[in-house]
Amino acid sequence: MSELSRIRAVVWKDLTAERRTKANFNAVVFLAALILLLFGFALGPDADALRNVAGGVLWLTVLFSGVLSFNRAYEQELEDGAFEMLLLYPGDRRSIYLGKLVANLAFVILVELVLIPAATLLYDLPVWDVVLPLSLVMLLGTFGFVTLGTFYAAMASRLRAREVLLPLLLFPMLIPLLIAAVQATSGILTGDAMNQAGDWMKLLAVYDIVFFIGALFAFEYVIED
Amino acid sequence: MTNPAGNVRRPRWLMPFGALAVLFFIATQYIALANSEPDRDMGHLQKIMYVHVPTAWIAMIAFAVVFGASLLYLWKRDIKYDLTAAAAAEAGVMLTALTLALGSIWGRSTWGVWWTWDPRLTTTAILLMIYAGYLALRSFTDDEDRRARWSATVGVLGFLNVPIVYMSVQWWRSIHQVQSTSDTVDGSYALGLRLNAFSVLFLFVFFVSIRYYIARLERDRSLLLEERALGREVTRV
Repeated sequence: MSELSRIRAVVWKDLTAERRTKANFNAVVFLAALILLLFGFALGPDADALRNVAGGVLWLTVLFSGVLSFNRAYEQELEDGAFEMLLLYPGDRRSIYLGKLVANLAFVILVELVLIPAATLLYDLPVWDVVLPLSLVMLLGTFGFVTLGTFYAAMASRLRAREVLLPLLLFPMLIPLLIAAVQATSGILTGDAMNQAGDWMKLLAVYDIVFFIGALFAFEYVIED
Repeated sequence: MTNPAGNVRRPRWLMPFGALAVLFFIATQYIALANSEPDRDMGHLQKIMYVHVPTAWIAMIAFAVVFGASLLYLWKRDIKYDLTAAAAAEAGVMLTALTLALGSIWGRSTWGVWWTWDPRLTTTAILLMIYAGYLALRSFTDDEDRRARWSATVGVLGFLNVPIVYMSVQWWRSIHQVQSTSDTVDGSYALGLRLNAFSVLFLFVFFVSIRYYIARLERDRSLLLEERALGREVTRV
């Protein structure tokens, strides 16, 4: 089996398990919509004010709803010792990480595909004119988020305090990503008068590359046992 | 097992070195405070700098030690590197917290606010969170080998983030005074600042050494208890 087909097998397995229940996806999507509503109530009904903070609201919603899905990707393995079986298969264990990464990426992007139209309606965002740059920012930000989320969840999901430990480890590491993604998103949504969205996207790309390589190498040490 | 139980001794130099470090710290405070005129704008408040800046410097050294020791652990698999990284992380978290507290007091008196979203202040706060997470992960992981491997990867990734965090916050906002160099700092200030940097460094080395020693004792104790529970003969080296 080549590396690629091993990765594909892990992705297929995770996505099939998700598709057959759908319970988790539905719950996360509703939670994301709920968080959008809650921010609307907390920040007041002034439409202009809401539009100005929409970038920050959108990304915090992605972070808070997405973080719930990472532990689950491993938790379902821990029952009945499925994870040990997965580790016993021959071949490079990095393909386990890459497979989980792709499956999580697909999951979070699907959530975003519901979330962004909902935010567009609720916050009256001018999305249609900026579909391409906005998609690029969402992809760059989501990739970095899922890269580290998948990595830290490999540890947190196997500990008692997993619900609190994962965000505790993950969110401080994500602060540069959050700043860059929010600045780029807000810039794009408000016409990018300062022409800075491009620089923030470059920072996102650097962040993604550094932690993708870092997590890929570190993952083998995490799942050694 | 690289380090069998029962052979932990306190290094003979540890306590005398600690006493000297504390005395040196007291002496440098006296030298720094007695040797400098009040600042033209800030008056005696400026003297917070003598501890605020060195604690920030040495905290960065502490996190660099966590990074180096974590890499060494992943490479050599010797538990002593893991315990060194943990000791340095604890001292680093303490020093960052101290830097933030002193910076807040200084900021309240000169800028009029306890907190500003300035790049270096914000970076320090983020580092505090990253390494607090490192310590939390350690405290929740029971298996020694697993704890060492996991926290080593977190220590490495956390340090890789430092330049990215700093750069992002720098772009985001900047009002902190420009970093002082020997050209912008009066000679009498520079002497006190440098002496203080060394005295905080000595205290840091002392804290890390004694924390490392305690960690070895704790590890030894659990190993001995484990052997006794298994009914094995306990041999002292």
